[in-house]
Amino acid sequence: MHLKYESTIREALVDGNKSYHQVTEDICKTIESKPTKLWAIGFWTSVSLLLFGIFCVCWEVYWGTGVWGLNRTIGWGYDITNFVWWIGIGHAGTLISAILLLFRQGWRTGVNRAAEAMTIFAVMCAGQFPIWHMGRVWNGFFVLPYGNTRGPLWPNFVSPLLWDVFAISTYFTVSLLFWYSGLVPDFATLRDRAKTKFRKMAYGFASFGWAGSAKHWQRHEMLSLVLAGLSTPLVLSVHTIVSYDFATSIIPGWHTTIFPPYFVAGAVFSGFAMVQTLLVLTRKVLNLQEYITIGHIEAMNKVIVLTGSIVGVAYLTELFIAFYSGVLWEAEAFRLRVLGPYWWAYWAMMTCNVVSPQLFWFKKLRRNVWFTFFMSIIVNIGMWFERFVIMMTLHRDYLPSSWSYYVPTWPEVGFFLGTFGLFFTCYFLFAKYCPVIAIAEIKFILKTSGQNFKDKMNTIEEKTDEHFMAEQLSHH
Amino acid sequence: MAAFAEAMKNGQVGAVLFYDCNPVYDSIHGKLIGDKLASVKVSVSFNERMDETTQKCKVLAPSHHWLESWGDAEPQSGYISLMQPTISPLFKTRSWEESLMKWSGSTTSHYDHVKNYWIAKLGGEAAFDAAIQKGVLETETMPMSGASFSGNVAEAQAKVAAMKASADGQVDLVLYEKVGIGRGGAWSNNPWLQEMPDPVTKCTWDNYVLMSPNRAKKMGAEHTDLNEVDANKKVFKIKANGTELLLPILVLPGMHDDVVAVAVGYGRDKGVGKAAAGTGINVYPFVSKFENGNANYYASNIEISNTGKTYELAITQTHHSYQNDRLIIQEFTFDEFKKDPNELYNERKAALSHFTHSYDHAEGGHGEHAPAAAHGGEHAAPAAAHAGTKTEEDWQQAYRENGTLYPNFESLGMKWGMSIDLSSCVGCGSCTIACQAENNVSVVGKKQILMVHDMHWIRIDRYFANNPTKPDSIQTLFQPMICQHCDNAPCENVCPVNATNHSSEGINQMAYNRCIGTRYCANNCPYKVRRFNWRDWNEADCFDDNVYEDGRRDDINNDITRMVLNPDVTVRSRGVMEKCSFCVQRLQGAKATAKKQGRTMKDGEAKVACQQACPTDAIVFGNVNDRESAIYKLRYEEQKERVFHVLEEIHTLPNVNYLSKIRNANVLQSANPEKVQHGAHTEHA
Repeated sequence: MHLKYESTIREALVDGNKSYHQVTEDICKTIESKPTKLWAIGFWTSVSLLLFGIFCVCWEVYWGTGVWGLNRTIGWGYDITNFVWWIGIGHAGTLISAILLLFRQGWRTGVNRAAEAMTIFAVMCAGQFPIWHMGRVWNGFFVLPYGNTRGPLWPNFVSPLLWDVFAISTYFTVSLLFWYSGLVPDFATLRDRAKTKFRKMAYGFASFGWAGSAKHWQRHEMLSLVLAGLSTPLVLSVHTIVSYDFATSIIPGWHTTIFPPYFVAGAVFSGFAMVQTLLVLTRKVLNLQEYITIGHIEAMNKVIVLTGSIVGVAYLTELFIAFYSGVLWEAEAFRLRVLGPYWWAYWAMMTCNVVSPQLFWFKKLRRNVWFTFFMSIIVNIGMWFERFVIMMTLHRDYLPSSWSYYVPTWPEVGFFLGTFGLFFTCYFLFAKYCPVIAIAEIKFILKTSGQNFKDKMNTIEEKTDEHFMAEQLSHH
Repeated sequence: MAAFAEAMKNGQVGAVLFYDCNPVYDSIHGKLIGDKLASVKVSVSFNERMDETTQKCKVLAPSHHWLESWGDAEPQSGYISLMQPTISPLFKTRSWEESLMKWSGSTTSHYDHVKNYWIAKLGGEAAFDAAIQKGVLETETMPMSGASFSGNVAEAQAKVAAMKASADGQVDLVLYEKVGIGRGGAWSNNPWLQEMPDPVTKCTWDNYVLMSPNRAKKMGAEHTDLNEVDANKKVFKIKANGTELLLPILVLPGMHDDVVAVAVGYGRDKGVGKAAAGTGINVYPFVSKFENGNANYYASNIEISNTGKTYELAITQTHHSYQNDRLIIQEFTFDEFKKDPNELYNERKAALSHFTHSYDHAEGGHGEHAPAAAHGGEHAAPAAAHAGTKTEEDWQQAYRENGTLYPNFESLGMKWGMSIDLSSCVGCGSCTIACQAENNVSVVGKKQILMVHDMHWIRIDRYFANNPTKPDSIQTLFQPMICQHCDNAPCENVCPVNATNHSSEGINQMAYNRCIGTRYCANNCPYKVRRFNWRDWNEADCFDDNVYEDGRRDDINNDITRMVLNPDVTVRSRGVMEKCSFCVQRLQGAKATAKKQGRTMKDGEAKVACQQACPTDAIVFGNVNDRESAIYKLRYEEQKERVFHVLEEIHTLPNVNYLSKIRNANVLQSANPEKVQHGAHTEHA
């Protein structure tokens, strides 16, 4: 059910004096005008980064995994750290589009399109790492359960790494469908407004012949709900399964039951931070401050402080259990995390993830755009360190004879930078050629939550309850 | 040698023949001989490579390798060893005996000469053939004559006393030979030996100055926790015997504070070979002469100073202290062991009692773990079937079944097992090299060792117990570590493609061509024994020339170098995981031989390479299901009370067991107060 009226006490979700047409104009403006210089610089910088990343990956595939800083003791370093980090970032989109849709959170409409796009690009980046970290990547298809003449020989269904394959490919597919089905009506809008033949054809193809009939809208709504229903468990399951890579192992510091909830909270935490980073910039550059309002930013900061606190509790619980359990290996693993050779990573994680987000308890800071931007970067640094700390648990496990140390080499760092290239190349293309805000969905809430419509409510709100009731009844 | 050097000096030598020696490099007269060789009219070297002496000779007539030659030897009085070639000569060489005979105008070949001599001596061709077949002749028992000693003990004592040790605070230098490289003969160019971690320092590919932690600290080469993983070691200038050399420092607990030591055998000329070139520094110039002309491998009051520069040492083990609360090694003094031999056995039993007590207390009852036991029962677990009969294996069987949610898979036919005796192990590293030769384990070179990419399937962990700053307190422990072939292997269930799995004979096996190289198995191995092919060490993958970024090649695909490979063992390509296979090719071979002869395999017919090479028989291997086998008897009867498994409590169920170290010492440096208390507690109870 959608409320016909919304109290004026609630903050408007769309500022300014907007009509349906104005919304279309505002959002389509970027797509229909020539790329700006700023866009071109950003895009080509990203493409160069991407090309450098491709070079680094080719280098690694040709010369062998040995060009990375990994070793006998530490088999995963930057590769899996970055994998988990990107996957985490890819969590906000689906959470916003699916869970917030189910909870009827109107504010999601302003940010869901960009957040979903970000999710898809982040998952694409994440997927690169498990692929290229394989020593014999050309045999990577062995992980797929396809009928074969080797017995048939199936993959090992009890391996968490195999679960990852399924979890991530499912997540990517569902997120992509969800995102794209939302784009269909908006592509149709662009098609209808298109001035050139090519544009008409391209958007015509992309919109799958959307005619805007009531039946189309009904089916569209239905599909959104079904996909939301499918995505909701995925938000929880993907990072849970990623955490199983560690939780089901036997390595002290990895083998903990707290990992699934802790990973999911961390993922949402970092995902929202990345959404903030992108949207603070996007709203400024594309002049969309009236659609992505301070209210939106504040709402997301609230999610950040909540999930940041959950993560903080998880860190402290880990420490406590390590001490309280009396298990030597566990206690040693955590002592080494806090005070061992990688102490700096642990404390960077603690500071960025647990201490600094607490500042968001102050409303003033929550509503400060620049502070939010700064904090979103800090949180993502912190979450990167969290994954790095977890990975580096390997450096000292059971037998002291095998203890080691890890420093990344340039092809690893280049690969990581390359995924930033991939991410931003995709994002720049998206921001230029797709509506960064869901036009249709914004219109859906405009008349209840738009500033100018809310202003009209003032006269109604001033009426007495009895009068209001009588008026409502007489209408129906 | 002194006389020869004197003659050389005076120009009295007209001709000199060198065979199997390299005085220019390793003799105290080396410099003199080297300088004067040019003026000797005839100088011949039979040496097999372009070593330091050979380079200065006029005639090079390389001899066969001994595996290519006929010959005889008497390594011990009364024992004649007959040599016959195992391979035709690979190069255009001629045995040095043949050369000498030819040059002396003889028309018989060396082979005929050897053969005729022994036929005459043994009285017939048949006897000769028999002797050749046996390889050794124990001709007669040598009469032992009464030994007499005519040395002047008092004088020797006086002389030793007069040998001045360095003044207080001054430093003595000791020159020693490493176990792997020795004096630096042909072994210098053996990459296996160069890469074999030194038993005590665990360093490869170099020589260095050994120094105590106290002295190192005093001289600014302090050894800190983080420093351990930092390969950059301080370079010191050392001046002794009029020679000044720059050498890296390796801090070694247990060294005397006023003694430093360096190994000879390094700093070879690049003519010696690819592996020898550029490794270490030649410290033979430090060797001085005694009055009587003998070599003195010792110098006192040396000058030593820190240059502030650094040099990278490739050390395979960077953490040295055995943390006694980490119960990975079980150690007892002989007295402790005599007093209560069952201490370890009872401790193990107590530690696992949560899973096993139903077997101890209830006659046939399964107690609270009934469901788990019943579950295991489906898979025909013999001990569970007759639980309550209370054999020694019962509690171990109970732990096996109750310690996991998963079903227990019994090995009903063969079950391979290994036992490693920590009391016998001397840490020499023979097993490492034997394994390397048997299993085509790659040599990776110093640069890759520095990246911790070592490939050894069996390594020897060396730990120091007690205080590094008190040299006398140090006790050293060796623990050979290989794949433990866990029956509940953490590596197996994490592999996404089933590339590593378990055989019905208890072997954790690798299917190399299934492996895609995720390295998850290595991460999840608590023993860290899995080895990844980080690079294309063997030029075996689908890319060309991709061993080194600078396009260098290792010649591993030469017909000659490839002869080092064991044809029974797959050469692994880049990107796959490998590890100890329990020499599965040998086990299959032994089984096949027995099968062909229509019988069951006997104990001892299948021997693994490390076991065969072990000079102290510390490694026992065999079929544990065979109650007559040495391994069964050792594990469950003879040495039962010394048996333990590393990390037994995490339920990996290793098929390798260790025997506790029984130390002939009054105190156990590794024993912490807690453990002593615990022992006392059980005594009272």
